[in-house]
Amino acid sequence: MTVMLEAQNVGKTFTLHVQDGTAIPVFKGVGLTLSAGDCVALTGNSGAGKSSFMRMLYANYVCSEGSIRVRHGGDWVDMATATPRRILEVRRRTMGYVSQFLRVIPRVSTLDIVAEPLRMLGADADAARDRAGALLARLNIPEKLRSLSPLTFSGGEQQRVNIARGFVAGHPILLLDEPTASLDAGNRTTVLELIEEAKADGSAILGIFHDGAVRDAVCTREFDITDYRVAAYG
Amino acid sequence: MTDTPLLRIEDLTVMYGNRVGCRSVDFDLYPGEVLGIVGESGSGKTTLLNAVSGRLAPTAGTVRYATRADGPRDLFAMTEPERRFLMRTDWAFVHQNPRDGLRMAVSAGANIGERLMGVGARHYGDIRGAALDWLGKVEIAGERIDDLPRTFSGGMQQRLQIARNLVTGPRLVFMDEPTGGLDVSVQARLLDLLRELVADLGLAAVVVTHDLAVARLLSHRLMVMRDGGVVESGLTDQVLDDPQHPYTQLLVSSVLQV
Amino acid sequence: MSMAEDGGYNFAYLDEQTKRMIRRATLKAVAIPGYQVPFASREMPMPYGWGTGGIQVTASVIGPDDVLKVIDQGSDDTTNAVSIRNFFAKTTGVRTTEDTAAATVIQTRHRIPEAPLRAGQILVYQVPIPEPLRFLEPREIETRKMHALEEYGLMHVKLYEDISRHGEIATTYAYPVRVSGRYVMDPSPTPKFDNPKMDRMAALQLFGAGREKRIYAIPPHTEVKSLDFDDYPFDVQKWDVPCALCGATDSFLDEVVLDDRGGRMFVCSDSHFCATRRAEGHRGADPTNADAFLMEAAGR
Repeated sequence: MTVMLEAQNVGKTFTLHVQDGTAIPVFKGVGLTLSAGDCVALTGNSGAGKSSFMRMLYANYVCSEGSIRVRHGGDWVDMATATPRRILEVRRRTMGYVSQFLRVIPRVSTLDIVAEPLRMLGADADAARDRAGALLARLNIPEKLRSLSPLTFSGGEQQRVNIARGFVAGHPILLLDEPTASLDAGNRTTVLELIEEAKADGSAILGIFHDGAVRDAVCTREFDITDYRVAAYG
Repeated sequence: MTDTPLLRIEDLTVMYGNRVGCRSVDFDLYPGEVLGIVGESGSGKTTLLNAVSGRLAPTAGTVRYATRADGPRDLFAMTEPERRFLMRTDWAFVHQNPRDGLRMAVSAGANIGERLMGVGARHYGDIRGAALDWLGKVEIAGERIDDLPRTFSGGMQQRLQIARNLVTGPRLVFMDEPTGGLDVSVQARLLDLLRELVADLGLAAVVVTHDLAVARLLSHRLMVMRDGGVVESGLTDQVLDDPQHPYTQLLVSSVLQV
Repeated sequence: MSMAEDGGYNFAYLDEQTKRMIRRATLKAVAIPGYQVPFASREMPMPYGWGTGGIQVTASVIGPDDVLKVIDQGSDDTTNAVSIRNFFAKTTGVRTTEDTAAATVIQTRHRIPEAPLRAGQILVYQVPIPEPLRFLEPREIETRKMHALEEYGLMHVKLYEDISRHGEIATTYAYPVRVSGRYVMDPSPTPKFDNPKMDRMAALQLFGAGREKRIYAIPPHTEVKSLDFDDYPFDVQKWDVPCALCGATDSFLDEVVLDDRGGRMFVCSDSHFCATRRAEGHRGADPTNADAFLMEAAGR
């Protein structure tokens, strides 16, 4: 199967200058390959660095060492060293990210938030809104809520908006950070369906799922980052 | 992806006598990109903005702009008429205080129409139509078209300034603390407008601000300045979420959470 | 001994060096039509605001063989016109006239004579504020740059404001013009009715502003276009009635109030033009008021 993402020898250390330059190493020497149709569960103890690793793949966190190569169209882009412009290109067309928190911009409607990734790919405004609306419907966000900003939504509702935004553009690589955390059984099932559909479409998925059942339902294998943990002392 | 940057800044330095305004700044800007420049008072960000926008001649370094007709040109090697023309058509400058960017003694419509008349528009009906159109885009009621700006609130004046600047379809916009001095709710509305316009019109922009929230909302890339130099630069979310430089970490950790 | 030497005045009051300086400025102005040339305006024996600029220009170009006409708002016999004419008579001894065709130098305040001028004549305008952009841009540095760089968008802003406020371009005098396709100029507070006369005039037009210390000029046969919009083109004032004295339908008319019940009549502003027509036998429609007006004018 086509390799979509190749992380090699990846390491992360946080240096807190505000606290006298304390260095906090997290992990070292991480290697991971994601192929089209994969759904890999990123596991490890709390504090092992799962979310940090995912953010590094997305270039939201700086990669202290190693390379993170991503298949972007016909090229390979190393997210650890690429220019900001290139990284934004990759995020727009190739890599999607569903984070744990929804960053809300006041006054932008839920529908527009979800439609935005399609707009950024050049889709027509109305077509983008239609697809966004369909996805929100699947995730049980009623129509009357779609014209509102998600500012006042519950945690679960915000999470579903986040998921819709992450899945709407059909990116070849998807990073999911606890996508089912605040969801009830029905919505959880919908998310699992979305993941299966993405897999079938050939997307490569890396997900953090604290729920074992969910993990077993969709993931083809596990990757435990605890193996690469660096002890803080000694 | 186009290979020629719209704006290329190389080794830009501005000295005020012996005092450093800004030192050895480099960056490229491509169409559709928004670059945020953050820093505290005295960081040199305003000096940098004035130099790259052609308002202040640098002591050293170059500002190169990809003109429509002649390709990349050194801004300060142009004649003053050429530079002034560029600054009136292809470029826009949004001042922190809208009074600095508006003619307070002429109507809103005339303020918007001035740049059009400055490039030869000679049909009153068309000019007025364009002014009405832009008032709508910046969410000012069309019936205010003949009112003087001093009858507008601060937020409205700022939106009028934006309309006045964008009417000639510039490709590059410079903004100096565009939301400074406005009430928080008014700021939010203005930021939305700026985000939409930048996206819809494919503008490139350089935004100077001391407000990290504004930088996060508007800019794709961020440069952090201190004492005239750039201490860190990169993707906005990366610089704000995983700051590497001690000063950036200090700035980010100093922001109060609401 | 000439009258001038008898009174202790140099010919035309100003010393020769001053006249040369003014002629140099005037020459430069003629070479750059519509461009305001700064000059070292002298203290004259009348205050600023009374035509010192026009007088200095006339004093510099007038010679002993010239014939001088002076009008104020079109009339040869108002106080100012008379005073200025006497001033030149005393300091130069040149022949003076009211006949437009016979004059070689005509100094005017706020009107252009109706009778077309010919090559060889000089028309000298008195100008209060030479800068057409002044009311919208108070900074001299900025207006100089705007002229230098041909940045005249602001001029049209003024006209735009007029239309938005009054439904039409409300400027009726000192209407801005573009000279030879280059400089925007203030034609002095002449009514816009007179603007078309400036276009390709056969005579030389000189403009003097004493207090502001500027001279500008339009050489003969130069294009002078009034600014306007495509959909609001320049047009001149029109009256519903002809001149009550001479019946002219194509001259600029002044309104004369006859009584306190709203009675009024319209007469030619150019007094010589009107008198010439009357001498040729033309008459207005209603003779009664006309005769009363003329009798009163004669008695003055």
